[in-house]
Amino acid sequence: MRVVRDLEWQGPVPAGEGEYGEFFAAAAEGRLLIQQCPQCGHRQHYPRALCTACAAVPEWIEASGTGTVYTYTIVRQYGVPAFAELPYVLAMVDLPEGVRMFGGLTGVDPEAVEIGMPVSAYARTYDDDHAMVFWEPA
Amino acid sequence: MQHHALAARRAIADCGIAKSAIDGYVSTSGGGPGAGDDAVSMAEYLGVNHRYIDGTMVGGSSFEFHVQHAAAAIREGLCDTVLVTYGSDQLTRMGRVLGTGGFQRDAQPVAGAMQMATPYGLPLVGAYALAAHRHMHEFGTTSKQLAEIAVGIREFAGLNPDARYGDPITVEDVLNSRMIADPLHKLDCCVITDGGGALVMTTEEIARDLRHVPVYVLGAAGTQTHWNIHQMPDFTEMGATVCGPEAMGQAGVTPADIDTAQLYDSFTITVLLMLEGLGFCGKGEGGSYVQEGHLRRGGSMPTNTDGGGLSSNHPGMRGIFLLIEAVRQLRGHGGEAQVPDAEVALACGSGGWLSAIGTVVLGKDRPS
Ligand SMILES: [Zn+2]
Repeated sequence: MRVVRDLEWQGPVPAGEGEYGEFFAAAAEGRLLIQQCPQCGHRQHYPRALCTACAAVPEWIEASGTGTVYTYTIVRQYGVPAFAELPYVLAMVDLPEGVRMFGGLTGVDPEAVEIGMPVSAYARTYDDDHAMVFWEPA
Repeated sequence: MQHHALAARRAIADCGIAKSAIDGYVSTSGGGPGAGDDAVSMAEYLGVNHRYIDGTMVGGSSFEFHVQHAAAAIREGLCDTVLVTYGSDQLTRMGRVLGTGGFQRDAQPVAGAMQMATPYGLPLVGAYALAAHRHMHEFGTTSKQLAEIAVGIREFAGLNPDARYGDPITVEDVLNSRMIADPLHKLDCCVITDGGGALVMTTEEIARDLRHVPVYVLGAAGTQTHWNIHQMPDFTEMGATVCGPEAMGQAGVTPADIDTAQLYDSFTITVLLMLEGLGFCGKGEGGSYVQEGHLRRGGSMPTNTDGGGLSSNHPGMRGIFLLIEAVRQLRGHGGEAQVPDAEVALACGSGGWLSAIGTVVLGKDRPS
């Protein structure tokens, strides 16, 4: 996955405690991680310290970085100063690996976004070692 | 705290119970950061010496869960009389920022699962918009159909002198109101107000000597499918599919037996998903169901007869008002909005982001 180094990020950032931190650190290296259970095969996102299906310790696997839009919204009003540039698109993306991920969808005319459209992931750093995952048209 | 106290005072006076008889207290674990009205603080403030306390906090539907818990506690003999209170001064304290101003007022790091969403700039309205879009995609639901919900509820608000907004609106008004987060317009969103409410729950024996003919809890159930919106398993289906049938099953009723519904209308889409989940119509049929006018005054399922959160009041967690209005209807105190011969009422609350759903069925007649 492409990594955009953006140290100008003004918005709120993830705290990155526990498994969350591993996810955001991998993203900064261009790897999109999801969890898979070695015991039952269940895949999950967001990352946790246990498998939600069987309570075993999950392992990381790397996702392909592709997906399709499951649903989306165009945000046109939001009072937080960091998000003054309106409108912008937020989407839930279905990954072929079987999990769903939330993120910003950029590089597209908001009016042109459709459910089902193919998208690919890219990472945007928010500090030296961590990045958030965004999506753009594939 | 003052809103809790005012509501408690009125509820106690209304039913005529001696305050000293209250031996159970239930409230949420607080109306928000810094509100100072968690259950233990409020029990002290109100001077309730409780044998039973519950501070369950699942968002706006907390009070439907409270009824479930308090009814079980009274049945078990843990206490006899429970006071449930709610109060919020969010409008005064925070202004009208809740929906579109963000919980996140500054760039503090976001912990827990919210860090997967909040940093992208997800407003509260945006979360519900995600569900609305998916429903439109799968079932062809339209903005016009969602607007019908707001129009019908505003009609009831016009009959409630205490409602925040009472002037009639049309479907066109909703569609022409500012788009906040596609596909939700300003008038698809609830109002933001201060407010408070209180309930007194007790045994049938004690209730017999009080001022009003009692209203009975016939069924109460709750469920949670997720908390954060990005974990919602199916964006077109909420937990009402589980707790609705469970509560109605306890009551021995079906949707056809419900005379009036009080449904959590944080947004128009919340009501639509709830109607389908409760089985008032089939899955995906919510749009045509509301267009047929069932929710309106004189319809088959008069809904939110107090004007709801869309038009009357929404202090942040309005689940208690669903119960209060259901009781008013069953007592025949609905004023101009009274549903004729209302015998069974259903209240369904939604907490979080369509996450924690609680259903309560109330009846005029003693459960058999
Ligand atoms: Zn497992």
